[in-house]
Amino acid sequence: MAKKRITPKDNIIKGLIKENPTFVLILGMCPTLGVTTSLENGLGMGLSVLFVLILTNALIALIRNIVPSDIRIPVYIVVIALVVTLLEWLLQAFIPDLYSALGIFLPLIVVNCIILGRAEAYASENTIFDSVFDAIGMGLGFTLGLSTLSFVRELLGTGSVNLLGFTLFDASVAATFLVQPPGAFLTLGLIVGIINTVKIGKQKKKKAELAIKIAAAKAKKAAKEVILSKEVLVND
Amino acid sequence: MTDLLTLAFSAFLVQNIILNQFLGICSFLGVSNKRDKALGMGLAVFFVITLSGMVTWTIYWKLLYPDLIFMRTIVFILVVAAMVQILEMAIKKFSPALYKSLGVYLPLITTNCAVLGVALLNIQNGFTFSEMVVFSAFTSLGYTAIIIVFSYIREQMLKAPIPAGFKGIPSGLIAASIMALLFKGFVGLI
Repeated sequence: MAKKRITPKDNIIKGLIKENPTFVLILGMCPTLGVTTSLENGLGMGLSVLFVLILTNALIALIRNIVPSDIRIPVYIVVIALVVTLLEWLLQAFIPDLYSALGIFLPLIVVNCIILGRAEAYASENTIFDSVFDAIGMGLGFTLGLSTLSFVRELLGTGSVNLLGFTLFDASVAATFLVQPPGAFLTLGLIVGIINTVKIGKQKKKKAELAIKIAAAKAKKAAKEVILSKEVLVND
Repeated sequence: MTDLLTLAFSAFLVQNIILNQFLGICSFLGVSNKRDKALGMGLAVFFVITLSGMVTWTIYWKLLYPDLIFMRTIVFILVVAAMVQILEMAIKKFSPALYKSLGVYLPLITTNCAVLGVALLNIQNGFTFSEMVVFSAFTSLGYTAIIIVFSYIREQMLKAPIPAGFKGIPSGLIAASIMALLFKGFVGLI
């Protein structure tokens, strides 16, 4: 196999930017929209998913050669459910505030498409080492997505960001609707749309540059041919 | 009786599972671009949510409560997965025509967070059996209704001149936002 070995750094960059689960792959939408009313919750959810993702990817990479491929999905789901239960205990014991803030979205990490998706697409075919870095990349990407979304929503919706402790404007003039359900859809739609527009613009620029290069090369070739034909004429 | 009616109305419109609780968004964005797909998915979700709601509620209060409640996440997801399998086999055997239209959506439902979400909400809200049945049925009907209405909107949006970057999911999300705003109008009714 002549496949180029993926370094840990590549894996992390892939998860953070190129295949960002929130803004590029549009995966795991339920918690993305549901808990991002404040930066604290968004960050908490992102880090919870990061924790679950690292453990499940490592476990699944570990057992990938033992599990018969016919029943792999149920086995993966049980592994994920076990890890999520563990996380529930940990949060309930050590960070009860976050536990109650995340509410129903905490057990719902079990059915988060990112986790099963990474298990099936990556950890079931790669070594533990690579899988862990893939998990870190994807988890950080998800955390980045959730914190961006919750930062925008909390800042514009309440006028201040509680976690960072700064106030931009008074709560009475804030767009309260942004921290309510409709605002979640709107903010995410706008962010993804802007990212897509920027991407399309970049691609167009690249294409235009390529077109200029091709045109220049063609002009050079044509000029050469003209010179050649002149030389032929002279020689005659 | 009026309590049950209020609960049904609230589950169907006011606390709509997609627009207010954010459950089942992946499938909502995934299949709501075609009318027949939306109808198939909606019906399949209705069956699975209602049946798995009953089974998980019974298991929780008769078997797990009070010593084993920490097992609920694992048990519930297994019940949902088993439910989907059984339903798939049953529909295949008894109604091949229905299987043809619903079959492809059934395996996807295991990881639809609306199903596990409703099972967990039933417990969290401390419902009695009849309340639980009404809540499960009307929540999933709310899901079906929204996903079908939305598929009509998205078919119309295909014809609209939307900037390239906003085509597909971003414009779908913005449309969902407007719909969620409209649904906030129902809050005053209860």
